[in-house]
Amino acid sequence: MKALVAVKRVIDYNVKVRVKADHSSVDLSNTKMSINPFDEIAVEEAVRLKEKGVIDEIIVASIGPKEAQEQIRTALALGADRGVLVVTEDKTQPLQVAKILKQIADQEGTEIVLLGKQAIDDDNNQTGQMLAALMGVGQGTFASEVVVEGDKVNVTREIDGGLQTVALDLPAIITTDLRLNEPRFAKLPNIMKAKKKPLDEKTPADFGVDMTSKQEIVKVVPPAERSAGVRVASVDELVDKLKNEAKVIG
Amino acid sequence: MAILVYAEHDNTSVKKATLSTVAAAKQMGDDVHVLVAGSDNEAATNAAAQIEGVSRVLRADNAAYAHQMAENISLLVADIAANYSHIVAPATTTGKNFMPRVAALLDVSMLSDVTAVIDAQTFERPIYAGNATATVKTTEDKVVVTVRTTSFDAVAATGGSAEVETLDNVQDAGKASFVSEEMAKSDRPELTSAEVVVSGGRALASGENFTKYIEPLADKLGAAIGASRAAVDAGFVPNDMQVGQTGKIVAPQLYIAAGISGAIQHLAGMKDSKVIVAINNDPEAPIASVADYFLEADLFEALPELTSKI
Ligand SMILES: Cc1cc2nc3c(=O)[nH]c(=O)nc-3n(C[C@H](O)[C@H](O)[C@H](O)COP(=O)(O)OP(=O)(O)OC[C@H]3O[C@@H](n4cnc5c(N)ncnc54)[C@H](O)[C@@H]3O)c2cc1C
Ligand SMILES: Nc1ncnc2c1ncn2[C@@H]1O[C@H](COP(=O)(O)O)[C@@H](O)[C@H]1O
Repeated sequence: MKALVAVKRVIDYNVKVRVKADHSSVDLSNTKMSINPFDEIAVEEAVRLKEKGVIDEIIVASIGPKEAQEQIRTALALGADRGVLVVTEDKTQPLQVAKILKQIADQEGTEIVLLGKQAIDDDNNQTGQMLAALMGVGQGTFASEVVVEGDKVNVTREIDGGLQTVALDLPAIITTDLRLNEPRFAKLPNIMKAKKKPLDEKTPADFGVDMTSKQEIVKVVPPAERSAGVRVASVDELVDKLKNEAKVIG
Repeated sequence: MAILVYAEHDNTSVKKATLSTVAAAKQMGDDVHVLVAGSDNEAATNAAAQIEGVSRVLRADNAAYAHQMAENISLLVADIAANYSHIVAPATTTGKNFMPRVAALLDVSMLSDVTAVIDAQTFERPIYAGNATATVKTTEDKVVVTVRTTSFDAVAATGGSAEVETLDNVQDAGKASFVSEEMAKSDRPELTSAEVVVSGGRALASGENFTKYIEPLADKLGAAIGASRAAVDAGFVPNDMQVGQTGKIVAPQLYIAAGISGAIQHLAGMKDSKVIVAINNDPEAPIASVADYFLEADLFEALPELTSKI
């Protein structure tokens, strides 16, 4: 069976973004870009399923600028087999991404699609669920455990009150949470090999998807800064401040 | 057109998240309806009918909705969407799970985790782990949003008297089934709505130390207990205690962070707390930049002392 993994090129999670002076967006010039951390976990999970013999081919797809090749190559170095890059300079929106991914999944006949639970740039947490709805299949979101058995997959999900396990008919969509696995590091020989793996380039037009957004960004501003606090020298001083200054304890 | 609010509930009562969501919906339009989808949900329906400012409660009571399976709930909501200009749900794991499906079924884009309503089409939401706030205007004629409940003051749970309508078109997608649930049991207040939160980080070093150092202080303050991802990953505490960009968002009156460095992903989940206290033995720890009171100390000494003195 085949798996499709969606990887997004995003700002590296260690970088603190700055808002542009004109408040039009955040400043991404000269910023380190990486594969979205959740997507790295999705790639790792697909590779583990392949190592277990459950999956025989892993296709990675990204919708984004030309440079997103780097993120696809990273996924190929981690063990994916081939890549599809849908090139667009537009900022991508979950619904459009889901429409493109649906067509790739249909064309390829993939049984499992793995995505991250959220992209850490826009923090939307939508694409996997939208894809599942468009495909009319079940979804295991925020997955912390994935077990494929025959034509079903059991997914344990991290929910507000604890953990929930659901059984999904294949094909199914899975979105990853942080504790699903710990991604491996790509080894140098695999990075070299990844350069030779096939990478197809497409455009949104090839899928007949209009990338125009129905959401206009009016402005982007930095969050309200907290005013710098004070250092307290002792527990006694802390207790005094909490009681008499902040008045948050009795 | 009316606004539809999806109720977060446990079939017997409605969760506080629902009250905050109604408050947000009220800023989008006057006529607010609440959907209570569940199984044996009469008590929750009655509770919803009493929420201040709600004119109608829709009750969908069927085994297909027992576990809030996104596949079924999204079909139900999409089916009644024609009557509504806005569909609003709390950004809980339930809301996050099914709402994007609703949007896709309706072929509209959606907005996640809205923190302010500017007008019926314009909203604020945090992006980049809360390092920026975007004002977004949507031109969709059907507006689908989840709201960050800590950003809206809950409406009163009582005082209303909505009429109740029963929906009997059962939607069962049949692609997914519930297997089991392991819910954390606790007598403490719920993390996302607690007035006081005491959180521990990697420095706690073990689950036993959470019990020994964090719990007594939380007991004394009537607080919920939170944790950093590092503490959850290390297995000290369960995942539902994680505070942060990819965990829970909290905004209590008092947040105490012990042995937490203050990574941006953690700050994203707690920096809207009213008063933040950090206890850390590293004076350079980034959490100092958001802490109202920073105590440079070894938490294994400071926490017992603090517990005994309040
Ligand atoms: C995609 C992604 C999402 C993430 N989401 C989240 C999230 O939602 N929430 C989250 O919390 N993290 C999240 N993280 C992880 C985050 O980047 C940090 O790694 C994590 O928050 C660190 O946890 P910590 O502060 O407990 O540990 P550390 O960074 O190791 O900090 C431990 C602190 O304890 C102090 N200390 C040590 N000993 C003592 C002592 N005896 N007394 C007092 N202080 C002491 C140290 O000085 C240090 O400041 C995410 C990461 C990624 C990549
Ligand atoms: N432009 C994109 N290209 C590839 N995958 C994407 C893209 N946007 C979102 N995704 C996938 O969808 C997941 C959730 O993204 P989001 O809904 O934007 O938070 C990500 O973790 C990716 O797996």
